[in-house]
Amino acid sequence: MRLPSSMPAEQALGQRRIGRWQVVGLACLLAALLLPFADLAISTPSPRAVFAALGRGFLEPDFRAVSQLGQALVLTVAIAFAGVAIGALVGLVLALFWSSALIRTVSLCLRGVHELIWALFIMTITGPSAPTAVLALALAYSGIFAKVFAEILEEADPRPRLALPGEGLSLSGLIYAKLVPSLPAFWTYFAYRIECGIRSSAVLGFVGLPTLGFELDTLFKQGQYGGAAAVLILTYLLVITLPLWLRRPALPLYVLAAIAYVWALPRLETSGLGLWTLISRDIVPAPLRNGAWADPAGWEAFANWLWRLISQQMVPGIVATLILGLFAILLTGLIAILAFPLIVRALTGLGGSVFGHVVLVILRSTPEYMLVFIGVQALGPSMLPAILALALHNGAIIAHLIGRQASQLVPTLRIDRPHGVNLYAYELVPRLSGAFFAYLLYRGEIILRESMILGILGIATLGFFIDSAIAELRLDRAVILIIGMILTTAIVDQASRRIRRMIGAQAVSATACR
Amino acid sequence: MTLQRREFLVGTAALLATPAIAQARPTLAFSAIPDEDATKLMERFTKVAKYLEGQLGVSVQFVPVKSYPAAVTAFRNNQVQLAWFGGLSGVQARIALPGSVAIAQGDEDKEFMSYFIAHQSTGLTESKDFPMGAKGRSFTFGAKTSTSGRLMPEFEIRRNTKMAPEAFFSRVGFSGDHTKTVELVASGAFEIGAVNFTSYDDMVKSGKVDPKVARLVWRTPTYPDYNFTVRGDADQRFGAGFTEKLKAAILGMNDPAILAAFPRKKFIPATNADYAPIEDVAKQLNLLD
Repeated sequence: MRLPSSMPAEQALGQRRIGRWQVVGLACLLAALLLPFADLAISTPSPRAVFAALGRGFLEPDFRAVSQLGQALVLTVAIAFAGVAIGALVGLVLALFWSSALIRTVSLCLRGVHELIWALFIMTITGPSAPTAVLALALAYSGIFAKVFAEILEEADPRPRLALPGEGLSLSGLIYAKLVPSLPAFWTYFAYRIECGIRSSAVLGFVGLPTLGFELDTLFKQGQYGGAAAVLILTYLLVITLPLWLRRPALPLYVLAAIAYVWALPRLETSGLGLWTLISRDIVPAPLRNGAWADPAGWEAFANWLWRLISQQMVPGIVATLILGLFAILLTGLIAILAFPLIVRALTGLGGSVFGHVVLVILRSTPEYMLVFIGVQALGPSMLPAILALALHNGAIIAHLIGRQASQLVPTLRIDRPHGVNLYAYELVPRLSGAFFAYLLYRGEIILRESMILGILGIATLGFFIDSAIAELRLDRAVILIIGMILTTAIVDQASRRIRRMIGAQAVSATACR
Repeated sequence: MTLQRREFLVGTAALLATPAIAQARPTLAFSAIPDEDATKLMERFTKVAKYLEGQLGVSVQFVPVKSYPAAVTAFRNNQVQLAWFGGLSGVQARIALPGSVAIAQGDEDKEFMSYFIAHQSTGLTESKDFPMGAKGRSFTFGAKTSTSGRLMPEFEIRRNTKMAPEAFFSRVGFSGDHTKTVELVASGAFEIGAVNFTSYDDMVKSGKVDPKVARLVWRTPTYPDYNFTVRGDADQRFGAGFTEKLKAAILGMNDPAILAAFPRKKFIPATNADYAPIEDVAKQLNLLD
C-alpha cells in the first residue's frame, strides 16, 4: 500500500476547505440524530453463553472434523485460484479496451456487485456447485482487475511507446511497448489478489457453496463450537502460511491444477434449460411477461411494480445500509486511533507490541463476513453485531497500517521527545492524522459495500431484500435491486472522492481486498 | 527450485486424487429444504438414503443444502432428482420445472398446521381465536419461504388482524428454521413465534423445550404442506417404471426409526393438485407472481 503521509502538510492545508475534525464532528452529529433509527437490539437469549462456548471451543478445538474439512479446504483454495485467474484474464482483456465507455461501464457493473451476490444469483441457474463459486469470483474480480490493470497500463513507462514510429499502436507495439513492460506489475497484483480470493472463496460457503464457510455455518448451527473453532484456526493457518507456498514461479502451475481440479469434479448436468429460462423469462419484469410488453396496460403495471419495489425495498435498504455504514465507519476510526499504539514498541514495550500484533493479525485475517456471522449468532440479526464486527476488522487493518508508520516515525523524532501518553497525543496522532483519514475514507467505501451484502445474514440492508427476492425465485426483482446496489456503490465512490478532496487527504491506491 | 517443484507435484497429486473417487455410477441424488437444524436433517435423511438404496437398487446420496431456494434450484438443475419440499417450495419447484410431480406426503401433511407460540412472560394462553393480545410484541417467522413458518402464518395474521405483520407486531424477524424459532421464543428473545406443529411437538416430546415456557397459544386452520417431488424425466434416467417404484418405496417406509425422524405417522400418495391452495395463498401474499 502506498504511504499517503508523504504529502507536504502546507499543500494539504492550502487545498482544504473544511477541517478534518469538522467533518468528523458533522458525522458524529449525524450519527447522533440517526441513533433512534438504528436497530441495535440484542435478540438472542444469552450472548455471553455463545461467546463463552466459542471461547471453550478455541481452547479445545475439535480437529476430528478436519477429515471432513479436507475437501472443503482443498476446494476453497482451488476455487480461489481458478476464479481469480479467470477473472484476471477477462480483466486484462477488458483493460485493453479501457478507452471505451461501454467497457468501463461493464467493469463498473462487474465490480459493483459483490461476489456473494453474484453467487446467489448464479446459483439459481447452476445450483450450489464448485463451478458456480468459480464463476461468481471470476465475475466480481474481472471488474476489479480491469480497473487496476488499466491503471497499470496507463502508468506504464511511455518511452518504449514513444520510440515507436507512427501515431497508432499496432498489435506488436501493444504487446512489446505496453504489455510486456507492465507484466511484473500485473503479476504482483495478481499474487496479492489470490490472497483476497482465498478469503472470498471461504466466505462463499455461507450461501451454500462447498467451501470452508459451509462447514463453519453447519458446525455453528449444530452447536459444535470445537469444530467451528477448528475451521477458524484452519482459515488463519491458510492465510498466514500463504507467503510460504504462494511463490510466483509456481503460480501458473497452481492455477492450472486448480482449474483441472474443479473441472474434474463430478459434472453437474444442467439441461441447458437454466440459462434459457433465466434470459427468456426470469429476468423479464413479471408485469411485462407473456407478451404484456406490447400492451400499454402492461407498462402501467410495470411502472407500479417498479415504484413499489423502489419505495418499499430499494430505498429502505439503501437508507439502512448508509446508517449501518456511518456507525461502522465512526467506530472503526475510534478503534484504529485507540488501538494503533498497541504495536508501537516505544509506547507499549516489547511484550505489549507482540501481544498487539497477535490481536491485530487475528482481527485482520478473519474475513469480516465471518466476524459478522459470529456476531449475529451471538447477538441476533440487528445492526449491532454488524457494526461491531466491521469496526473491529477495519479498525484493526487501519491500526496496523498507522502503527507501522508510527514505529518508523519514532526514531526520527527529537532526542528529547516526550514519552507515553504525551508522545501519543502530541507527536504521533497529529503527525499521522493525514494518513489516518486517508485510510479511514478508503476503508469507509469498503465498509459501505460490505454493509449492503450483510443483509444476507438477516440485517435489513439492501442485501436482505436481494436475498428475499432470490428466495422467492424472482430474479426480475433481484436485478432491479442489484442495479440499485451498483448505483449506490458508484455514488459512494464519488462522495468519498469529494470528501477526500475537501479535507485534503490523499487517495490510497486500491490494493486492499475489495 | 527443486523443492518448490516437488512441493507442487505432491500438491497436485493430492488435488487430483479426490474427484477421481467421487466419480461414481449413476446415483439418485436427493435433497430437502433445511427446515430444522443440521443435526436433525442428517439423522433423518441418512436413514432415508440407506432405506431407498435397499429398495431401489441404485446408490442414493443425500445432498444437504443451506437454503430453501438452493433446494429448488438444485432440483431444477438436475443436481438432485428427488426432494422433500415444503408446500410453497414444492409449488416453486414444480413451476420452475414443468413435468415434475409430487408423489407422496406424510399423513399429517394433508391437514398440516402452524402453531403460534408465546413466551410465558406475555401471559398469553391457548385459545380458539387468533391471539390479538400479541399486538405490539416482537414476532419471528421461520425461513423466508417456509410454508408453515412464513406463508400460512402471514396469511392468518393478515386475515385476522387486517394488518401487515410489520404493523401488527413491534419487530418481525426471520429465524431461518423451526428449531431456531422455538429456541428464540423459549429464551424470550422473541415474544411470539410461528412454527411447524410437528417440529414443536417433537421438541416438547424430546424435552428440548418446556411447553410452559414457550407455550402454544393458537393453532392455525389446516392446509396442505410437505411433499416428496420427483423430476419428470426420472424414468428416462433410471429406467421405465422408476417413478412408480420410488413412490411405492416411499409409501412403504414403515420403519419406526425413519418415521420418527420426520416425524410422520406414515406416508400417503400426493398429487400436484393437492397444493393448489398453497399456490393461491402465495399469489395473494405476493410471494409468487
